[in-house]
Amino acid sequence: MIIRFWRVSFRVDMRTAAVCLCMVAATLVVGVFAISTGDYHIPLGEVVRTLLGGGTRSTYFIIETLRLPRVLTAILVGAALGVSGAIFQSLSRNPLGSPDIIGFTTGAATGAVLEILVFHGSTQAIALGAIVGGVATALVVYLLAFKRGVQGYRLILIGIGISAMLASVNSYLLTRANIDDAETAQVWLTGSLNGRGWEHVRPISIALAVLLPAAFLLGRQMRMLEMGDDAAQALGVRAERARLQLLLVGVALTGVAVAAAGPITFVALAAPQLARRLTHAPGVGLLSSALMGMFLLSLSDYAAQRVFPSVQLPVGVATGAVGGVYLAWLLAHEWRSGRA
Amino acid sequence: MRSHGSFVTTTVRAAETAAAPARTGALGRRNSLRWAGLLIAIAVLLLTMVASIAIGARNVPPHTVFRALFDYSGSYDQIVVRDLRLPRTLVGLAVGAALGLAGAIMQALTRNPLADPGLLGVNAGAAAAIVVAIGVLHLSSLTSYVWFAFVGAAAAAIVVYTLGSRGRAGATPVRLALAGTAIGAALTAFTSGMVLVDPRTFDQFRFWAVGSLAGRGMTVLAQVAPFIVFGTVLALGLCRSLNAIALGDDAGRALGAHIGRTRALGALAVTLLCGSATAVVGPIGFVGLTVPHVARAITGPDQRWVLPYSLVLAPILLLGSDIVGRVLIRPSELQVGIVTAFVGAPVFIFLVRRRRIAQL
Repeated sequence: MIIRFWRVSFRVDMRTAAVCLCMVAATLVVGVFAISTGDYHIPLGEVVRTLLGGGTRSTYFIIETLRLPRVLTAILVGAALGVSGAIFQSLSRNPLGSPDIIGFTTGAATGAVLEILVFHGSTQAIALGAIVGGVATALVVYLLAFKRGVQGYRLILIGIGISAMLASVNSYLLTRANIDDAETAQVWLTGSLNGRGWEHVRPISIALAVLLPAAFLLGRQMRMLEMGDDAAQALGVRAERARLQLLLVGVALTGVAVAAAGPITFVALAAPQLARRLTHAPGVGLLSSALMGMFLLSLSDYAAQRVFPSVQLPVGVATGAVGGVYLAWLLAHEWRSGRA
Repeated sequence: MRSHGSFVTTTVRAAETAAAPARTGALGRRNSLRWAGLLIAIAVLLLTMVASIAIGARNVPPHTVFRALFDYSGSYDQIVVRDLRLPRTLVGLAVGAALGLAGAIMQALTRNPLADPGLLGVNAGAAAAIVVAIGVLHLSSLTSYVWFAFVGAAAAAIVVYTLGSRGRAGATPVRLALAGTAIGAALTAFTSGMVLVDPRTFDQFRFWAVGSLAGRGMTVLAQVAPFIVFGTVLALGLCRSLNAIALGDDAGRALGAHIGRTRALGALAVTLLCGSATAVVGPIGFVGLTVPHVARAITGPDQRWVLPYSLVLAPILLLGSDIVGRVLIRPSELQVGIVTAFVGAPVFIFLVRRRRIAQL
């Protein structure tokens, strides 16, 4: 379907639009359910009324200060992870690509683990350590891979090497630490949304307000880069510059997500692939990946809180389970052949 | 005019006949270079094995090592060599070779440079089974872990392969890779859930999860040796078919390769090799991931060379790292899983930057 609006016209794929709308609706439903359940149960109607401005004083307090920020954090972090995953999978032309391939997540983990185990820092210090570690690692990988331009294949291999080194640093630190510190680090490494408030929501939403439009603006060039540098250059894309810009946006998005919730695994890897399979698109899409990331992470957080009511599992445990099972189910039910 | 024309044809013919032996000569030279390289690698491996027996918390002079192996008299040093160092070295050799080979096959099967032998879900399955063994059944001996890890690995691999090969297209590389990551993620989630809920399990599990060659005796190795031997033979028999598959499914089929059979046998070999290795020493990802890339940097993309080179180079890396781990903080030691990446990654990065790596 072609939409024409004044002098701007663009093409909308009906299936993609329908899938995106469904994902938004599903995320909203999960969000309302997540707000309604907890130690103090609030009926669904009451939740909707409070969110729209009504409701009693006590429900307003519980929802506005305790439950809504957590749900919003999950949604925003999910969107950031989904988009960054799509960017990295497109750049590496590899369905297994994710921000991990440039070493960001492992580097962030190293920064945070050092902060927890060696310097015993506060929560803010841990987040800062994670960002510093992640950015430094990504920079090192990019520079090592740079040799008359960055070729996707070399970037992947260098990323593997650096990540492996940092991963072994992480596990070394974990085996040397005493068991309590090691457990704190393990929870952080799994990724958690426990106790997230408005002070977390505000910085992420500001960052995403800048980064998401930037990513969508670069989306066209990303499509063309997928065809190879030569073809892209022939179509008027400055390949090296576009790739650097995309990398920067991808790394920034991952950084925001990691700072807010820790290195949550698998959302960045699974969301673009799930979205692609649902929309029957030829490549990974930015918007659909963002929406799928939102849905996956909010559903995972809901599951992590509710599956074992006695224990507050970190959300990173659930993303692997929810995303993994969903992807496995989708793979098993793809009836069309040739859809690799 | 005619004479000129015939002159041209004769020179062309002469050039062709001259070029034909020259071409085979170049090919022959390249092959003999590869043979020489392989022999050098084997020699280095033997030296590494001797070093691995001799060097440790207490160094044993090389002649005592040889006396212990061939003329045993029962002195303290000789007991150390026979009962501790020799089993450890053999475990390193077997595990390293298995991981290198499994990695090379996995990357060839999925045509993906990010594929490590664990991509078939083997490591995640083994880890999940070990967590159950520790957390639910309260087992704590290495010998009992081995079978749990092996069964877990095999079960996970079967699930991944079945899931990846559903549908009319069969087990395409991308589907196999995605099925592996999906199942792997779900199993890892289970493992970390169990570990986070029960601190006692976490305390035992974190040492298994690092990967170490220490304390794995001959009994543990003997349990899995048949699987490793069978897996190695199976893998080396697949070289030619893997070469055909590398060109894509259609071209491979046109060349007479049985795509489905090759994939199934390859997956079986990876499960046997990587499952045994993980069962014995815990998950060591780096060796299987990078050694095939190094092998390809040396030999080019021909699997008939990549597989044997991976088979020889991987134990050099593993045993070498184990030696470094023993020497670095004597008399204590660093687990080999930690050291491999630190020793191997700089070499790997250097190679990736210097050479044009044959892409998959």
